[in-house]
Amino acid sequence: MSEETDTLQDLADQKYKYGFVSEIESDFAPKGLNEDVIRFISAKKDEPDWLLQYRLDAYRRWLTLEEPTWAKLDYPRIDFQDAYYYAAPKSDSDKPKSIDEVDPELLRVYEKLGIPLHEQEVLAGVEQRKVAVDAVFDSVSVVTTFKEELSKVGVIFCPISEALKTHPELVKQYLGTVVPASDNFYATLNAAVFSEGSFVYIPPGVRCPMELSTYFRINAAKSGQFERTLIIADKGSYVSYLEGCTAPQRDENQLHAAVVELIAMEDAEIKYSTVQNWYPGDENGKGGIYNFVTKRGDCRGDRSKISWTQVETGSAITWKYPSCVLRGDNSVGEFYSIAIANNFQQADTGTKMLHLGKNTSSRIISKGISAGKAQNTYRGLVSIHAKADGARNFTQCDSLLLGDQCGAHTVPYIQSRNPKAILEHEATTSKISDDQLFYCLSRGIPTEEAVALIVNGFCREVLQQLPMEFAVEAQKLVGISLEGSVG
Amino acid sequence: MLEIKDLHVNVFGKEILKGLSLTVPPGEVHAIMGPNGAGKSTTSYTLAGRAGYEVTGGEIDFYGEDVTALSPEERAAKGIFLAFQYPMEIPGVSTMNFLKTAMNAQAKLRNEPELDAAQFLRTVRAAAKELNISEDMLKRPLNVGFSGGEKKRNETLQMALLKPRLAILDEMDSGLDIDALKLVAEGVNKLRAPDRSFLVITHYQRLLDYIVPDVIHILSGGKIVMSGDKSLALQLEENGYDAVINKAA
Repeated sequence: MSEETDTLQDLADQKYKYGFVSEIESDFAPKGLNEDVIRFISAKKDEPDWLLQYRLDAYRRWLTLEEPTWAKLDYPRIDFQDAYYYAAPKSDSDKPKSIDEVDPELLRVYEKLGIPLHEQEVLAGVEQRKVAVDAVFDSVSVVTTFKEELSKVGVIFCPISEALKTHPELVKQYLGTVVPASDNFYATLNAAVFSEGSFVYIPPGVRCPMELSTYFRINAAKSGQFERTLIIADKGSYVSYLEGCTAPQRDENQLHAAVVELIAMEDAEIKYSTVQNWYPGDENGKGGIYNFVTKRGDCRGDRSKISWTQVETGSAITWKYPSCVLRGDNSVGEFYSIAIANNFQQADTGTKMLHLGKNTSSRIISKGISAGKAQNTYRGLVSIHAKADGARNFTQCDSLLLGDQCGAHTVPYIQSRNPKAILEHEATTSKISDDQLFYCLSRGIPTEEAVALIVNGFCREVLQQLPMEFAVEAQKLVGISLEGSVG
Repeated sequence: MLEIKDLHVNVFGKEILKGLSLTVPPGEVHAIMGPNGAGKSTTSYTLAGRAGYEVTGGEIDFYGEDVTALSPEERAAKGIFLAFQYPMEIPGVSTMNFLKTAMNAQAKLRNEPELDAAQFLRTVRAAAKELNISEDMLKRPLNVGFSGGEKKRNETLQMALLKPRLAILDEMDSGLDIDALKLVAEGVNKLRAPDRSFLVITHYQRLLDYIVPDVIHILSGGKIVMSGDKSLALQLEENGYDAVINKAA
């Protein structure tokens, strides 16, 4: 047994290939947080007055709130005054009008990350489907591709700061309607200081012709990222959206507190996928991103559907519960999750499915993998309201442990106020056995590849949910995240 | 050519193999028989290089090279294959994917080019057909929900594709009814070749009716106590291990 433990322990040596820092001159807001900083951000973005008021209201409320402590996460108190709340590449002050005007240094950064910002490059591959990209660097969006092509079918895909100028009525109508500014400590902070994110509007009856994606990159030191994403799928429309994120390797912890709101009208469907690969900290637990994110989808119309898929491999701390409010009758919510925690990473993640409408159904598939000294918690709520006749939920939580110093925890909350609701919950905890590993080795498959193979098999149901373009990338990421956790 | 010289092996601090010596020339099929606790499984795991099977003396030479210190995957790449008594289940990983990963991993270790997708499919389908393995079985997660016979045929398929120079069959007949046993043995016999040797490890004589060995060795107390031709198996069947071993001693 001790051999197995030793070998598994050796795996606790993670390599993070996105850890580079880019030398880009930045504009910062003064360090710390106060009303002047909020006014500074709002002025930088040239925002309408109602939004400044929205921010200030949120800030004043935030001052009265306490940091939540109910999650199974252990970290020192965050000093919210010791961070920059706005950082933007300097060259952005004369905002580039096309890709040719973007700072070449920035383009190189995205090239290094493997994200194509040239539309032609994406088109070059014959078989490859098109993916429109919004690239967010620290607090600003640097470029959004395929905007014109999308606008031909009426799809709006742009940075939220731009949407505020071009479609203020849409933003005002929907912003904060799913995650109100008063929602929780981090969402309230985000409402006060959010600086960038994507805005998507799909008009009635339109099936978005390509995958939309946003890549978030934190670059500047001591800076936080507070993005805000708002996606509206109008009646009978469909969109698939993917977000990816990376950050440089730094010794200090950086804060990321995002809010994502999804709204699906009648017969609309939103598929939202995340590949979260923020810097997780080193093998001794030094550095890494603190990821406190509020994501919620509102199935506002009948027969609407919202599906969350997440692959969470990065961050020192993950606090994230993408949820669905199943308001419309016959609406459907799905949550597919892979959460990997290695070394000293801590993840407390799950979902909330709130069944309000009749015949609403939800499905939760969670795969948690723990290695090293990591702690991984699934926390979920399934709530069936009194009027939700015919509501159904299926939940499956599987945990996989590598080594004997990590932890897996499952905390499912179930509340049903409707006697006719049908709820199912399955949970398993397993280890990669010595026998499985040796079986692979004896076939010539080296340890790390064997672990990646077994873990990918364990995650298969979730990986299958990812758009094809990203499934392969995600599989590799699963392998890389666990490098070094078995010797 | 496999040459095991005076091999001593400890498992959890206890000496199980106590001076095992054995030579298997290319193209020959040798069987190791022995009572429970003689060290049969230890022999197969040690040859495959499993962690925890500590070699305290002697060596294992494979085609002139001492492989005693090599890792399991390095031995696999050199052509040592172990067909498991209880093949492991790997949920979510299709048999096809596993085969591809194994073949490419070995190619990489040998500095050979990996097979392209079309080549791979053709090779697997042809080998599967030979062994009566359905397309459906190739798509199912590796060994998950497989019957005993399917698991052993799957081991044989892996052997056919990985083309080892030495195949160790550990209790190939366990868990098989007579029809399944015949089918597996037929598959194995098809793989007999002048440049491939077999080490068939078994408790019972019946497997040797179908996979006929050139030499039979009797393992007892951690070493080979007697070797002979296939008639030795019949003696064992008739008189039992104790009688035959005692006569030898």
